Amino acid sequence: MVESMLSAFSEITSGAHLLYLFGGVFMGLVVGIFPGLGGIVGLSLLLPFLYGMDPTSALAMLIGLVAIIPTSDTFTSVLMGIPGSSASQATVLDGFPLAKKGEAARALGAAFSASLYGGVIGAIVLTFFIVVARPVILLFTSAELFMLTILGLSMVGVLAGNCLSKGLLACGLGLLFGALGGAPATGEFRMSFDNAYLGDGLPLVVVGLAMFAVPEIIDLLRSGGAISKSAKLGSGWTRGFKDMWAYRWLCTRCAGIGCMIGALPGLGGSVVDWIAYGHVKQVAKDSSQFGKGDIRGVLAPESANNAKEGGGLIPTLLFAIPGSGSMAVFLGGMELIGLEPGPSMVDGKLNLTYVIIWSLALANVIGAGCCLLISRNVAQLTTIKYVYLAPFMVMVICFAAFQATRDLGDLLVLFAVGLVGIMFKRFGWPRPAFLIGFVLADNSETYLYQAVQFYDWGFLLRPGVIIIFVLTIISIWFGARNVPTGEAEMASGSKPRPTNMKPQAYFTGFVVFLFAWGLIDGVQHSFLGAVYPVGICLVMLPIAMRLFYVTAKNRTEHAANYDYEVEGDHAGQEGIPGLVYYLTWLAGFIATVMLVGFWLAIIGFFLIFLRVHSDATWTRIVVMTTCGVGFITGLSWIMVLNFPGGLLQHYFKLPWPLT
Amino acid sequence: MIRTSIVTMAVAGFVATTFGAPAPVTAQGVDFTGKRIEWLIPYGTGGGSNRWARFYVPWLQKALPGNPTIAVKNMPGASSTKGTNYFVRRGTEDGLSILGTSGSTQFPFLLGDRRVKYNYADWEVILATPVGGVVYVNKSLGVKSAADMKKLQKAKLKFGSQGPTSLDLVPLLAFDILGLNVKPVFGMKGRGPSRLAFERGEVRIDYQTTPAFLKRVTPLVKKGIAVPIMTWGALDGAGKLVRDPTFPNLPHVGEVYKMMHGKAPKGPAWTAWKAFMAAGFPAQKMIFVKKGTPKNIVAAWRAAAAKAVTLPGFEKDKNKKLGKYEQATGKKAQALYNVATKVPPAAKKWVLNWLKTRYNKVP
Repeated sequence: MVESMLSAFSEITSGAHLLYLFGGVFMGLVVGIFPGLGGIVGLSLLLPFLYGMDPTSALAMLIGLVAIIPTSDTFTSVLMGIPGSSASQATVLDGFPLAKKGEAARALGAAFSASLYGGVIGAIVLTFFIVVARPVILLFTSAELFMLTILGLSMVGVLAGNCLSKGLLACGLGLLFGALGGAPATGEFRMSFDNAYLGDGLPLVVVGLAMFAVPEIIDLLRSGGAISKSAKLGSGWTRGFKDMWAYRWLCTRCAGIGCMIGALPGLGGSVVDWIAYGHVKQVAKDSSQFGKGDIRGVLAPESANNAKEGGGLIPTLLFAIPGSGSMAVFLGGMELIGLEPGPSMVDGKLNLTYVIIWSLALANVIGAGCCLLISRNVAQLTTIKYVYLAPFMVMVICFAAFQATRDLGDLLVLFAVGLVGIMFKRFGWPRPAFLIGFVLADNSETYLYQAVQFYDWGFLLRPGVIIIFVLTIISIWFGARNVPTGEAEMASGSKPRPTNMKPQAYFTGFVVFLFAWGLIDGVQHSFLGAVYPVGICLVMLPIAMRLFYVTAKNRTEHAANYDYEVEGDHAGQEGIPGLVYYLTWLAGFIATVMLVGFWLAIIGFFLIFLRVHSDATWTRIVVMTTCGVGFITGLSWIMVLNFPGGLLQHYFKLPWPLT
Repeated sequence: MIRTSIVTMAVAGFVATTFGAPAPVTAQGVDFTGKRIEWLIPYGTGGGSNRWARFYVPWLQKALPGNPTIAVKNMPGASSTKGTNYFVRRGTEDGLSILGTSGSTQFPFLLGDRRVKYNYADWEVILATPVGGVVYVNKSLGVKSAADMKKLQKAKLKFGSQGPTSLDLVPLLAFDILGLNVKPVFGMKGRGPSRLAFERGEVRIDYQTTPAFLKRVTPLVKKGIAVPIMTWGALDGAGKLVRDPTFPNLPHVGEVYKMMHGKAPKGPAWTAWKAFMAAGFPAQKMIFVKKGTPKNIVAAWRAAAAKAVTLPGFEKDKNKKLGKYEQATGKKAQALYNVATKVPPAAKKWVLNWLKTRYNKVP
């Protein structure tokens, strides 16, 4: 082991290795900063270079690329509230409020130093763990994995906000949305109206964008001005770095959690951030500022998600089972270079394994360092007047969304789920609880079914399952201490609480309808295809009906009573357009896409939107449109991407990029 | 400006079809210099089809006239029917867009899946890549080779599967025919997770395709955890089931049946199995251009495929990454294409009925 370490060390510190590593980082940074791109695009850009390179240099580039992607997507999640990948959804929760407070540079500083720190801690853990990892990982069977999804779901308690029934319903809706599409056990298509797109289920990235980014865009447009409420950027990244250091034990713990969960094949990396976020909220003495810009809410997921990439190396290298999208890319790249993962990675090729692990850590340091250096400049985006940014944001979000499956359906789902997200935001329903339900829906169903098939119900008595069950109880206990009871904490401001709960009643009624629909759809399937969604709906329906009763009866004193339109900062101010106004713009844009395709629609949207909402001259508008559209057109050409088409494209064969 | 370019293209297309059609079937006058070819792969970046395509890209680039760039376009979804349907709608007939399919594209087509809007008869095959499959069991079952298979008849076995209408139809039906008591556990996200379930001891029988077996299971065999027992076999020139050339020491399913039951397998189940095995493995992955592509362009593609597989270094690279199977081009590719995409109606009917009664599944 020591021998392998020494040889790996000399390899890494060689100039050529560093150079290629840096090349990969640079490439990943350029690609990863743009939400929705990332690993796959990075790989297609990198591939032409990989051929004919010697394996070690190619490997260095590949690692550089993979390492930087979960780091660089932090920019848009913090600055614009756009989660570019599933790895940055939890970062949005507190990162974006910080940016709005004018502390973007601090939030980025904290995020990148936490990434760096988490990456290094992850590498240290891995160095020792990888040697014994194989038997340990094999202990986690479907039964233990199922119990881990339950542990994840138990985080709902802390993510629920001030009203537990809203939290449970949000999580239930997430589970229901996640159950849409092919059933794991039977392949039956649930709730999909015989539609091929829905048959594959809703893509996580699109749902994340819809729940977080769409409501923010609408909100920012309505309130006018820039993202940052104060024109200055705050004292910058050094303060963020100090924040990280002040909470270094928290970051160490989250890095440990990230590394371990990332190492388990089959759970998927997307849970890690939520678990880290739930963890910090559980243990925090004062958790009242979470969701409003608590720096710990940035530190926890960021330190966890870089460590997770390191952990993800274990199943990739030892079992050739990639745990995340970027690891799938890494595995593909390794095979192209001619390196074969497998048990030999710790038997004969341990030095190579160390080269990979440490290069990943080193790439994290270089990458997070680069991000830190440019963060102050990039943070200035938040001081730009939002009407100018908005068309770019809409373009970026749509572009990111249709990276998911490259289907017009991605945009429609973005809009439809975006509506749900807007309602969630307006009525104070916890979006994180929805997301954690959504992320875990498929895994919890699949592993429950498989565990019962493999071990019968006796799986509940397996020692591993019992240990994780005890952890779950502890987690719920920790969470229960922190849930505020009684009066709603959100109503702490000067604004009076809503007196008319009708809008809330309509939305709650809609939720009742969704669960009822899930139930009706469910019972039409075979037992194995139906049991999971029907179970969820049967549990959720009474809760939803009770909440509907409360809202319909206008019980204004109930903790659930919340309406951003009444209590938000903008309420009662002059000249704020209604919620529907900008929504109509978005709907109009999507409708135009369906008619003439994305490319023409986005040009039209840029021109008309800027003309109507900004005081820019036509020349300036045209320059901005050309820059924006030109950029994604170039990118799409490199990526061999066709834009979603509409009716026009259905009837006429048009040359690219009109296709 | 846009309109002019459409007109120009239309005129160019007209000229190409009018003057290109009567030309003899040679690659004459085809030059892809400076062109970019889109290769649609209806699978994601993590899977075997993507790896197969990326393996071929540099070799085809070298072999095509004018050395064009080939860009792989991954479009996964709906068991690969989404990307394939897209090729039907948007693929061009100028040799600049090609399609790569796999067994999981063939099966929905053959089973009449509602989502399929493509027809293999509309395409011209350029190249076919055969592959095989190897069944292996856990050592704890006490089976040392296929000769001990009778022991397995009494064992209750579980098998990790993606679903009965996927390529797993071939193993599931084979186990039925052999008379093994195998219960599939569905919901596996691929062959990789099934192999992991094998390593965990959750399942004790599994199969992998040849490249995956060579790379991922051989270490387990060396460690004494896994015991390979049989292959699906391969088809000889006459369409007869023979031993897989990559594993000459392993018997194929037909031989194993004889060892277990004392007679050669026959009957509608066996005929159906052979038909679907032939559809899923001997021509598992194929490259197509659309019918209607000018003949000289099709000829250029076929010539390029034939040339690519003879380029120096190809053989070694291929053996390492795809297994030892001969890559079929020209007439051989055509023959494999016929076997893989035309299943006798009786076999199809039998399989549909089997899926319905055994798994309550209508594709």
